[in-house]
Amino acid sequence: MTLSTTSHGDVTIVQVGDQLTVGNRQDLKATVQSGLDAGGRKFLLDCAMTGYIDSSGLGALVTIARRVREAGGQIRLAGLNDDLRSLFELTKLDTLFAIFPGGAEALQGF
Amino acid sequence: MSRPDELILEELPGRPEELLEVVVRLAMPSVVRLVDPAVELLSRRCFADLEASRQAQFRLRVALAEALANAIQCGNRNDPAKLVRISANLFPDRIRVCVSDEGSGFDPEDVPDPRDPVQVQSPCGRGLFLIRNLAQEVEFNEKGNTIWMTLPRR
Repeated sequence: MTLSTTSHGDVTIVQVGDQLTVGNRQDLKATVQSGLDAGGRKFLLDCAMTGYIDSSGLGALVTIARRVREAGGQIRLAGLNDDLRSLFELTKLDTLFAIFPGGAEALQGF
Repeated sequence: MSRPDELILEELPGRPEELLEVVVRLAMPSVVRLVDPAVELLSRRCFADLEASRQAQFRLRVALAEALANAIQCGNRNDPAKLVRISANLFPDRIRVCVSDEGSGFDPEDVPDPRDPVQVQSPCGRGLFLIRNLAQEVEFNEKGNTIWMTLPRR
């Protein structure tokens, strides 16, 4: 998975790669953990390039959200395509995450 | 066999009288990092030369990845010496996929609903739920170590 991280003010933006699965979920967890360790508390996970997330990937997002909240931070998701959005709704994970259509919307008021 | 390029698909003739075009088979060691390459390989073959909808491809990929991850992690306990066997019967309009592991099986009815307010906070336990929601039909053998899933091919 290609994971690139950029900053926008005090928000750490992580571009999730083309898929988030049992094979690469640890990379995303490690990336966000590094951001937390470096003092970051606002994270935007941009999934605009992501075509496919499996249940392990969903589980990794749950773990990441818990770690960020336990550290007193906030997390937002953006750019989910219709298929992925339906997975979040199906599993009720849309109730756990602040989900925005795109990165620009997610950055507003963050 | 532990590298993605060692995953080899085997093809068996279909039964035209049943509209079964071909049977595709794959046996893989229980190594989690082989799930993505195996899904890619099978998905590409299942939809080769077809104008399949994006949704059909998404449903197969997710359901197959969940079944393989369950077979490797829960069934075969990540023992690379144990095999996960996959066979896919390709019909013009649907794919019937069988995934089998060497484990002792489980009771599919004994899995909590991941939408439950407590379960929704858990990082685990969504795989079977996704399979049931993405596949048109799901069946298990009595032992609980083999799953059959029927998914759309168009």
